[in-house]
Amino acid sequence: MATIKMTVNGRERSGEAEGRTLLVDFLRQELNLTGTHVGCDTSQCGACVVHVNGEAVKACTMFAAEAEGAEVVTVEGMANPDGSLSVIQQAFQDHHGLQCGFCTPGMIMSAAALLKDNPKPTEAEVRHYLEGNICRCTGYHNIVKAIMAASGQDVSAVAAE
Amino acid sequence: MPKDTGIGASTKRREDVRFLTGRGKYTDDIQLTGQAHAAFVRSQVAHGEILSIDTSDAEKMPGVLAIFTGEDFVDVGGNPAGWLINSRDGEPMKEPKRPVLAHGKVRHVGDAYAAVIAETAEQARDAAEAIAADIKELPAVTNMAQALAGAPFVHDEIATNQCFDWGWIEDNRAATDEAIRNAPHVTTLELVNNRLVPNAMEPRASTGDYDPGTGDYTLYTTSQNPHLTRLLISAFVLGIPENKLRVIAPDVGGGFGSKIYHYGEEALVLAAAKKLGRPVRWTATRSESFLTDAHGRDHVTKIELACEKDGTFIAFRTETMANVGAYLSNFSTATPTFLHGTLMAGNYTVPNVYVNVKAVFTNTAPVDAYRGAGRPEATYSIERVIDKAARELGLDPIAIRRKNFVKPDQFPFTSAAGLEYDIGNYDALMDKLEELADFGGFAERRKASEAAGKLRGLGINSYIEACGIAPSNLVGILGSRVGLYDAATVRVNATGNISVMVGAHSHGQGHETAFPQVVGEMLGIDPASVDIVHGDTSKIPFGMGSYGSRSLAVCGSAVVRATEKVIAKAKKIAAHMLEASEADVEFAEGNFTVAGTDKSVSFGEVALKAYIPHNFPLDSVEPGLEETAFYDPANFTYPAGGYACEVEVDPETGKVTVERFTACDDFGNVINPMIVSGQVHGGIGQGIGQALLENTVYDENGQLTSASYMDYAMPRADDLPFYTVDHSCVTPCTHNPLGVKGCGEAGAIGSPPAVVNAVIDALQSGGHNVTHIDMPVSPSRVWAAMNNA
Ligand code: FES
Ligand code: FES
Repeated sequence: MATIKMTVNGRERSGEAEGRTLLVDFLRQELNLTGTHVGCDTSQCGACVVHVNGEAVKACTMFAAEAEGAEVVTVEGMANPDGSLSVIQQAFQDHHGLQCGFCTPGMIMSAAALLKDNPKPTEAEVRHYLEGNICRCTGYHNIVKAIMAASGQDVSAVAAE
Repeated sequence: MPKDTGIGASTKRREDVRFLTGRGKYTDDIQLTGQAHAAFVRSQVAHGEILSIDTSDAEKMPGVLAIFTGEDFVDVGGNPAGWLINSRDGEPMKEPKRPVLAHGKVRHVGDAYAAVIAETAEQARDAAEAIAADIKELPAVTNMAQALAGAPFVHDEIATNQCFDWGWIEDNRAATDEAIRNAPHVTTLELVNNRLVPNAMEPRASTGDYDPGTGDYTLYTTSQNPHLTRLLISAFVLGIPENKLRVIAPDVGGGFGSKIYHYGEEALVLAAAKKLGRPVRWTATRSESFLTDAHGRDHVTKIELACEKDGTFIAFRTETMANVGAYLSNFSTATPTFLHGTLMAGNYTVPNVYVNVKAVFTNTAPVDAYRGAGRPEATYSIERVIDKAARELGLDPIAIRRKNFVKPDQFPFTSAAGLEYDIGNYDALMDKLEELADFGGFAERRKASEAAGKLRGLGINSYIEACGIAPSNLVGILGSRVGLYDAATVRVNATGNISVMVGAHSHGQGHETAFPQVVGEMLGIDPASVDIVHGDTSKIPFGMGSYGSRSLAVCGSAVVRATEKVIAKAKKIAAHMLEASEADVEFAEGNFTVAGTDKSVSFGEVALKAYIPHNFPLDSVEPGLEETAFYDPANFTYPAGGYACEVEVDPETGKVTVERFTACDDFGNVINPMIVSGQVHGGIGQGIGQALLENTVYDENGQLTSASYMDYAMPRADDLPFYTVDHSCVTPCTHNPLGVKGCGEAGAIGSPPAVVNAVIDALQSGGHNVTHIDMPVSPSRVWAAMNNA
């Protein structure tokens, strides 16, 4: 066991971890940030996406120790400072981009990373970018729509509700 | 004008806020003081005799608190089958015991035979690996035809792998055979309804807790129906008195059927919690989910359609082998029978239907209801063989369907498979589909695809399903061992806001938003002041949970009935307050008014009076304002729809892409159109997944070769298009108070045949005489079909 320190959602945090402890388990169990989810054991589902030093990372692919000293942002840190939903979160609610909510934290984190690099993605670009995020509930329709809407594009022409 | 509140409004979901900010509380998110962790030891062979289990090394490992094996549970009950099916000869089905942990034999890869409890999850897993079991591998059987042919037997004590041989309707068999013998045209199709893994994104998880001070148990678990889970554990498995067991299903990350059932892990964590006096938790890895969640579908069917040369249907006859896996999961015997055979007349006036289903034990994971459950299998068989018949007879696929549709003036209509469809308008759905899917523009689009070197096909489907499961009387006659009502309690608080406790469970369906729309509309108050409580047996009335598109049709009806009772009682109180006779008091828009006067009191004032009953008619009305209703439906509901799919096939690679997808559904009245559309989208995604991508493959030794997201092709965002969905064709259900039918499964039922019909149409247009390809219609299968035909 070693003590690991990192900045999470703007706050200095520390906790105990074994060498083999994954970042996702550290966040969930040591820091009690359970918004980041675990949906698989082969790094395929994207339920665990967080930002590490500004990059989207699957938190199940990284040891907690590797994030020593890093800036980590999880879904708990995505709302506006006043607690209201961010533009992306609000777009997901407005366009019904979530059902059971289990994939949602990963989707929000991936969407934020996409829009940072590509502020006006096409439908095809959104779909391609989400390749590593599995959702079983929505058939992706409203997720893609929400992300395009969050980028400021008019989605009213997208196939009816 | 779309409404902005109440019934019919696309109200945004209130539950979203917690999910979007990471504040959902799923089972694995709940930490209890002093908790220990369980890990399971699972069979690596599909079939084997357990000769010995040596736990001595594991016991000495750090952090280990207890070890359980099958031996510890021989004296407790088994996980039962919820539905008794009798074979054609009257013999009851075979029901081998399904123990908490395997004992004597393991019967599929992943079958748990031991469990370790330790201080941490890692320690539990490490110790589980140190358990040395001597398991003699036995020959396994995974293929249904081989399993029916004889040994090896999955369960030696029953000396057959056939669970039952069911006929529906047996009395119609001779007439159907005769009709087919004499028919001018018979189309035959053999097909496989591919086995699927439900893959809710949240893996199953359970935490057991025991309070030695009170003798109370609590189970936190990923369940679609906490009361049913409690009943099964109490009455059949562990014998814990129901009043000593609280089952909490908190936020649940999708179910699709796989979380209806009780699983052995739930019993194990409860037994371990009792033994240790500490909470014991377990969360499945995705690999465990693949191996042990109940799978779906897995039918092999031969269907015959007999018809006149003009396309008039004379008879459907099917023979199906349905895989039930190694043990009977709770509803695995209902799925291929009463949720499948009873729908084998489709939307059609066909006079003869006969269905034979043989359920087969194999050395594979149990198979049970998965989104649609039996109805996708029925629809796929019917709608594929109709397309093939149309092609053979040179008829238009839409025209042949329309020719045989039950017409609007024929309802209520008793189908040849025995169900009474209360209402529908299948022609209207087809009209809508032709318009929205722009069939008129297809020829142009096909030309454009061909110019780009692609083949383009258009496939349609019209489906009917039986939802709102189910009338208890009817299912009782048919073999169900449970009732299928639901329940709601409407509690008006003194300050006028409302808590509604419901038996339905929301794991993505948006009940927390939709149910208040109903209550708000009925009481004339803002739905925001109504809260839904669900998922905790200590808080809610005894309800049967959510599956079979039943939440709104059954539990929603209970909510309506309970709200009506609240209004009736409030009216009595209002009459007293207004010094009027009850008969003269009218309730509208949240106010009680004496008819023909301006004397009125608001709902809120009445609520307050109910809890501060000064000057109250105590001799005729009790204080308080809280009512419960149980609702048992009179019939199933019958959603129906027309679906169209357009695909492009790349002749070079065989790859199929879905270019357009249109779904027109009749769900009866709709409470929240946004949520309904979302349900259809999700179903279509799963249906296209089944048609093009997903397959669950066991090799001949019973190893699951598609056991991770590397090998099992889950639909991803770039496999799917935007969909056009419509639910404007409405024939309100005739027998429930809201006129609603249920929308959760439609997409998964309606889409697979539309996709496969489209692929066949594309190949035919390219001059390939291909009449069938089994799902998933993968590039290699398409390529092989094109190059062999
Ligand atoms: S849990 Fe990290 S990708 Fe699935
Ligand atoms: S909303 Fe349930 S998995 Fe995406």
